[in-house]
Amino acid sequence: MIGVIDYKAGNAPSVYNALKRVGADGVMVRSGEDLDGVNGVILPGVGSAEATLSSLAETGILSVLTPKVREDGLPFLGICIGMQILFEHSEEGDVDCLGWLKGQVVRFPSDRVRVPQMGWNEVVFRREHPILKGMGTSGHFYYVNSYHVVPEDAEDILAVTDYAGDFCCMVQRENILAAQFHLEKSGPLGLRLLENFARWAERGNDASC
Amino acid sequence: MLTKRLLACFDMRDGMVTKAHQFQDNFDIGSAAEIACKIYEDQIDEILFYDITASAEKKPIDLETVRTVAERVFVPFSVGGGIRDLNDMYQVLKAGAEKISIDSMAVRNPQIIAEGAKAFGSQCMILSMQVKRVEKTEKIPSGYEIAIDGARTFTGMDALEWAKRGESLGAGELCINSIDCDGTHNGYDLEITKLISDHVSIPIIASGGAGNPSHIADAFTKTGASAAIISSMLYSPKLPRNYPVSEIKDYLTARGIPVRPYLKQ
Repeated sequence: MIGVIDYKAGNAPSVYNALKRVGADGVMVRSGEDLDGVNGVILPGVGSAEATLSSLAETGILSVLTPKVREDGLPFLGICIGMQILFEHSEEGDVDCLGWLKGQVVRFPSDRVRVPQMGWNEVVFRREHPILKGMGTSGHFYYVNSYHVVPEDAEDILAVTDYAGDFCCMVQRENILAAQFHLEKSGPLGLRLLENFARWAERGNDASC
Repeated sequence: MLTKRLLACFDMRDGMVTKAHQFQDNFDIGSAAEIACKIYEDQIDEILFYDITASAEKKPIDLETVRTVAERVFVPFSVGGGIRDLNDMYQVLKAGAEKISIDSMAVRNPQIIAEGAKAFGSQCMILSMQVKRVEKTEKIPSGYEIAIDGARTFTGMDALEWAKRGESLGAGELCINSIDCDGTHNGYDLEITKLISDHVSIPIIASGGAGNPSHIADAFTKTGASAAIISSMLYSPKLPRNYPVSEIKDYLTARGIPVRPYLKQ
């Protein structure tokens, strides 16, 4: 069972529909108790880092989610803002974030590219991981973002995309995975990533599967 | 590199896709949900529905169709037509749409753009503009006037000024809909599309008039448009022929225009 965190600014229904399409069991998570018994959890996100963080805190989800992910190793997938808030600090609103991963969230240089980045861009995979099974070396995915993460530890980077230079668009460290693009809205390739995550989560994030 | 987007646009009336010529004389093509799924399977980059029942007849938005499409289509999906307030926007987003397109109501109440952007983020606010070529005057220096209500009412507003205002209020994208070119299949109005794309920094969607792939190539090479709306050429039985998405993408790729590659099944 994969929990999809639902809060006002998120697009949880899209992620839930996509999980259903790939044959995974999804359940909406609206409180800390809803996390009981899930094998993996997805934090979708649209909107601002600050709104997402306060929404997670107000619903009481965060206080249950944090130990499950950080101590119990619950497989976690953050999407878009759900990726950005994992890092230490975001330029967007100058807010401190969760700090589960080391690094910063910065804005694209608007003197060089249109901001936000909106549309399909190429994701180049840097290393292997079960979530990338059958994906080849690259693929196009759908983005809507003005900010992106800069991980402190280059080993956390799973994939990059070129927009005013390469930026980190996927990270993975132990049981924590995240993508800047919207895999729930990226056609067949996005669905495959989601299916791979669901399988990996349900097998207890064993690196060998 | 960020690729250029192809948006399939449907006018929807009572759950059916309908097609107009210069905003009039509609005829039905088929079930909205079925056509959306078919075009998704054909690998369109994005889908946009205008609920013309809700906008023209002041009826509630057809959320059931929005939900059905959202369950079956996994590319960005936008809904416009008949959205009156923040609650309507919330309902449409919760039914599974990614973006909201607003048009006439934004002209009547520009603050709704700012309110929507604040509540849901600029990324889901498309400001759609009906533009018509007119004589250049002091009041309309761009030579393009904004119309509303299915091109029936002219506002005396300058299209370029309105575009800039929409951007500053928080719109995330601007859709430039040419009343003169709509349904003609003779190509987009490149002049106003270029003018606006040169003066705003948010993404511009060219709309109205595409009849074959060369029109799309023109929009991408002769203006700063990030996306182009196509409708008739995908599915209208009134055209001599229709074009599958793969053929359009092959055409654009051969001309060096970056597009999301068509996946071989």
